[in-house]
Amino acid sequence: MSTAITAEGLAKQYRIGQYRQAYGTLRDSLVHAAKLLARREHVAETRDIWALQDVSFDVQEGEVLGVIGRNGAGKSTLLKILTRITSPTAGRAEIRGRVGSLLEVGTGFHPELTGRENIYLNGSILGMKRREIAGKLPEIIEFSGIEKFLDTPVKRYSSGMYVRLAFSVAAHLEPEILLVDEVLAVGDAEFQRRCLGRMEEYGTSGRTVVFVSHNMPAVSRLCERVILLSGGTIAMDGPAEEVVAHYLHTETGTASWRRWEGTDSPGNDLVRLRGARVVDSDGGIVDASDVRQPVGIEIGFDVLRLGEPVFAQIKLLDQRGDIAFNALDSRPEWRVPSAPGSYVVTAWLPGNLLNEGLYTVNIAVCTAGAKLIHHAGVVEAVSFTVYDPAEGDSSRGSFTGPLRGPVRPLLEWTTASD
Amino acid sequence: MVVDTKRSPERATVSIADEPAAPPHEVGETSERVTVIRPASRWPRLDVGELWHYRELLRTFVWRDIKVRYKQTSIGVAWALFVPIFTAAVYIFFLGKFAKLPRGSLPYTVLVFAGLLPMQFFSSALTLSSTSIVGAVNLVTRVYFPRVLIPLGAVIVPAVDFVFGFTVMLALMGWYGTWPPGGLVALLAPAFLALAFVTVLGLGLFLSAVNVRYRDVPYAIPVFLQVLPFLSGVVYDVNHIPTKWQWILSVNPMTAVIAGWRWTMLGAGAPNVARTGIGVVVGIALFVIGLAFFRRSEPRFADTI
Repeated sequence: MSTAITAEGLAKQYRIGQYRQAYGTLRDSLVHAAKLLARREHVAETRDIWALQDVSFDVQEGEVLGVIGRNGAGKSTLLKILTRITSPTAGRAEIRGRVGSLLEVGTGFHPELTGRENIYLNGSILGMKRREIAGKLPEIIEFSGIEKFLDTPVKRYSSGMYVRLAFSVAAHLEPEILLVDEVLAVGDAEFQRRCLGRMEEYGTSGRTVVFVSHNMPAVSRLCERVILLSGGTIAMDGPAEEVVAHYLHTETGTASWRRWEGTDSPGNDLVRLRGARVVDSDGGIVDASDVRQPVGIEIGFDVLRLGEPVFAQIKLLDQRGDIAFNALDSRPEWRVPSAPGSYVVTAWLPGNLLNEGLYTVNIAVCTAGAKLIHHAGVVEAVSFTVYDPAEGDSSRGSFTGPLRGPVRPLLEWTTASD
Repeated sequence: MVVDTKRSPERATVSIADEPAAPPHEVGETSERVTVIRPASRWPRLDVGELWHYRELLRTFVWRDIKVRYKQTSIGVAWALFVPIFTAAVYIFFLGKFAKLPRGSLPYTVLVFAGLLPMQFFSSALTLSSTSIVGAVNLVTRVYFPRVLIPLGAVIVPAVDFVFGFTVMLALMGWYGTWPPGGLVALLAPAFLALAFVTVLGLGLFLSAVNVRYRDVPYAIPVFLQVLPFLSGVVYDVNHIPTKWQWILSVNPMTAVIAGWRWTMLGAGAPNVARTGIGVVVGIALFVIGLAFFRRSEPRFADTI
């Protein structure tokens, strides 16, 4: 197995002042230059920002690497350097093989040209040879499912058809290295889903993928290894689960309690959320809970008027971002229209149910219909860690290695006695 | 084989099934390619090998622009004939009637039309190329390819109009009986067109890069293009104006282009070699400077556009 991408000390500096000037006119620059001459000194109006600093990593052929971090951490800059849209200020990178990226979907499409003409145009911009496009044309058309409109100008397409055609071209590029910026990927949820699906396909067919995303479940599902960028440098580089867990715990700022006040609080004209806390059996806030002890998820909300029956819901996510389970407050008193007032409800998770690791809780207040109607909801409202002191009385017994799965209940085991 | 616990067995099967499907010839062809990413070098250089690699993309850009141009308009190609004919008619009627411009021995209609053709190529090419990079903002911020292709394509597209206009010129030449002089002089005609091409490409490269930072360019160009025909001898024969002025105008490569074009195609008087030489040198200098400036600015396009 050889190295697909080598990056050594990549750095990118942006000059903020230059940015401002970029939108100015020649006159502004002349005035600025005149000022400089008059004062005979360098006016430090520009500010340098290192969007990326000393970023080094290797990606092996066939590896699926995730890149995560907050907005402005340098993720997109890194991808722009790797796709050669912008050049680094310092450092060096080597890429072996043909590079494709899903942020180029539909790039260069011309509204006046027909679907067929745009396939050639777009394919050629993405780096395919005409011969190659001609060879793949039947597949591309088939995949896009728009053969009837192939000779219609794309300006008459619905946005769905447009995206399907664009995606179909990009999907047939067959790059050896795929770079995906999910943050930048435009399109509706359906399109995003297709992007992810395609990526998954690529990842499992032994191609190299670099995946930049905010979508933690997707990152931990698709990637083996993840790089966490923070302030333009690599803060962590390691197995996906560890890095994602670290990120969720330290960088998203999800704590074990939250409060919302006034009109900023999530909700609608019927329900407003007031707060959420992770508590132990004594009612104290906990960050980390012993696996054997029960944990309470406390939700405070106001019902503003007499309307529908509402009840609280929690959704527990494990550290890979997968749903461990959903739970609804199913007590009978919440099945009749709720009286206006403030409520605090607590969902008790029994001891010896969860696995070790970081759990994130999505909370909501909803009404049951054919579907759940969410009146108020917060994704990743609170989080907490579960640990096992490994004293031999949890479900791991005397085993001390890793045990996978979102839950790890202590079951009752029986032995046949005859 | 180490079993990767992250991947379900189902997906692993997909992976195995997928492998033979990868076209082997392509992998062999492209996996050789190593892209090295480095900070932009201080000194610009033209990577000819890379341009060659992207030649199909240039073809695609030109094909797209021509196609779109004739698709959007209802009379399409007719515009390529109508614009020079109309402009020439205005010049011929007003300037031919009221202005006593030096015109030499050629019929004024042919003289003006022959001057106008390269001039209109120059005007369209400059207008299109100078705004081409900013107009391609979607491409510049999303895909890599040598940016030179964008203004280059924008200069090639108006050459198609030139070809259509040239048929009108041939008709006029037949009507007035002004044919290329004997010998091999007519073979030099493409060389003068090439001078126009190189000059406008140089200016287009320069201005398209400037326009990324200063959006003043599209405002300045029409002013420049209004004056230029009068400084290039479109409506008069430059060989018949005072010599002092001939020297001054020789700094403008388009003067040499038009004089040379009339000489080689219509049998007008041969242009002065020294003054033509100045035009050639200026044209090539503009090209080199324009290209160097463009290559130097290129790495920052995506950041500043």
